[in-house]
Amino acid sequence: MPAAYKFFAEFAQTWGLLYFVGVFLTVLVYALAPSRKDRFDAASRMPLQED
Amino acid sequence: MAQAVAPSKGMTFGEAGSALAFAGLALLSIIIAAKAYTPEYAFHAYLFAAASVAATFAIVNRYYERPVQLPPQTIAGKPNYNMGPVKFATIASVIWGIAGFTIGLLIALQLAFPALNFDTSWLSFGRMRPLHTSAVIFAFGGNVLIASSFYVVQRTCRARLVGDITPWFVVLGYNFFIVIAGTGYLLGITQGKEYAEPEWYADLWLTIVWVAYLLVFLGTVMRRKEPHIYVANWFYLAFILTIAVLHLGNNATIPVSLFSPKSYIVWSGVQDALVQWWYGHNAVGFFLTAGFLAIMYYFIPKRAERPVYSYRLSIIHFWSLIFMYIWAGPHHLHYTALPDWAQTLGMVFSIMLWMPSWGGMINGLMTLSGAWDKLRTDPVLRLMVVSVAFYGMSTFEGPLMSVKAVNSLSHYTDWTIGHVHSGALGWVAYVSFGAIYCLVPWLWNKKELYSMKAVSWHFWISTLGIVLYISSMWVAGILQGLMWRAYTGLGFLEYSFIETVEAMHPFYVIRALGGALFVAGSLIMAWNVWKTISVGQEVEEVPQATQPALIAAE
Repeated sequence: MPAAYKFFAEFAQTWGLLYFVGVFLTVLVYALAPSRKDRFDAASRMPLQED
Repeated sequence: MAQAVAPSKGMTFGEAGSALAFAGLALLSIIIAAKAYTPEYAFHAYLFAAASVAATFAIVNRYYERPVQLPPQTIAGKPNYNMGPVKFATIASVIWGIAGFTIGLLIALQLAFPALNFDTSWLSFGRMRPLHTSAVIFAFGGNVLIASSFYVVQRTCRARLVGDITPWFVVLGYNFFIVIAGTGYLLGITQGKEYAEPEWYADLWLTIVWVAYLLVFLGTVMRRKEPHIYVANWFYLAFILTIAVLHLGNNATIPVSLFSPKSYIVWSGVQDALVQWWYGHNAVGFFLTAGFLAIMYYFIPKRAERPVYSYRLSIIHFWSLIFMYIWAGPHHLHYTALPDWAQTLGMVFSIMLWMPSWGGMINGLMTLSGAWDKLRTDPVLRLMVVSVAFYGMSTFEGPLMSVKAVNSLSHYTDWTIGHVHSGALGWVAYVSFGAIYCLVPWLWNKKELYSMKAVSWHFWISTLGIVLYISSMWVAGILQGLMWRAYTGLGFLEYSFIETVEAMHPFYVIRALGGALFVAGSLIMAWNVWKTISVGQEVEEVPQATQPALIAAE
């Protein structure tokens, strides 16, 4: 049991951390990429469109 | 109405299947009722039987009454929205809200004046308290979420809700679950887990309803005419999906028998506690936060007639919020048998949550840039903006209280109750009131609410109520915490427990007064909603297609 605990704790503290940082960076790139500016500007007005 | 049945008319698979399924459920319920171990469980089985028979009848009757063709997806090029279930859930939320707030007032008064439990188990605090929490969170809040999600997903996808019977099954089935849960508490049927009190059979029923909810929502998103999925739908989807996972995880129970309401969880002790608070805190994070943030992201821009301040921030807000909330639960178990590292993990993630929370708050508030003057003239918008301010306040307070040193003072005291209510009354209820005030004229095709003055009264009366509530609970909680930890010079506890209870009395009276004001506000809302629907001025036939195009904020 202690060996399993050590394995999971180490995995979480290294790869788990990197995974989260990776996900966060991906989100930042997706959200902030200049190429998506127009698409997101249009999306921000979606509630205002009438049928 | 002996309508001549056209030869081509036939039951759809959904109609025939659901009618048969309900007939089968009715039969099963009657057998269970006959063999039930306890009269309380038999009562619930009879409720299931009666509801199933009514559902079978309603489905078959609806089939005979309806035209040959199901309602079309579009009429003259415009989406043919299905707003019937939305209307039902909106009305249900107003009624459940009044019930839930009133029970809250009763238990607040019971704490100040214990004689008010009238020495009957039916009205004891232990039964009324879960009735209050479930009524406000799941009945009031849940109906607001179902109503608004079905409205928003249709409008932002420009598509009719998927399914013919299923949307009605979701709304009616969910409200039936509320009835089972609520009457269960009154009868003493409970799992004894906070916010997860309903027993196994109610949980199973909710699982079926919830999967149907997910399918209707997801199906409508997939049917969308817009290329982009609007951010509010992301929040709704996270809410629906996560609640499904939480509900299944925390209710992994084995019933004693098909004929008994009692069940046992498959894990025990501290593991059970951890799963319970993983569930409990994410009920806050995904039911009371993600779902209502979806309301914020649709209704505030719509009402302020301004685009979302920063759509990019909303994306970062969404992903960071959902990735962090799921880890914060252990802060409910500080200084318990839970391993220390898990407590610290919960604390650290709670503190990090401050950032996405405030990012969202800023995004909601700044959506008003260029439209701040509307706060003066539109009390509905004022309700929603104050709700976002309360969201900011309680998501600042929460991380603070999750710090172990602070928690050692605040835990088990009324400070927690004050914190919960600044979130529940200030944020969840206010943004819900805002959504209801927006939805009612839109759904019933009215120009405006019956009385804007009444909205203003509602706003001020309940704001005063919230302020009384949370400030009295802060003082009570900190006083309580300090009294519990006070030692004499000789190392003995300075106060007996009953002395701390006595010291709470004035604050409990003030809290009950705040609650009474909040109930009064909700009654004003109910009157206003009723008047709007019954005598409100209709929108003229000319659609407002000639609105000038809106220009972006900057």
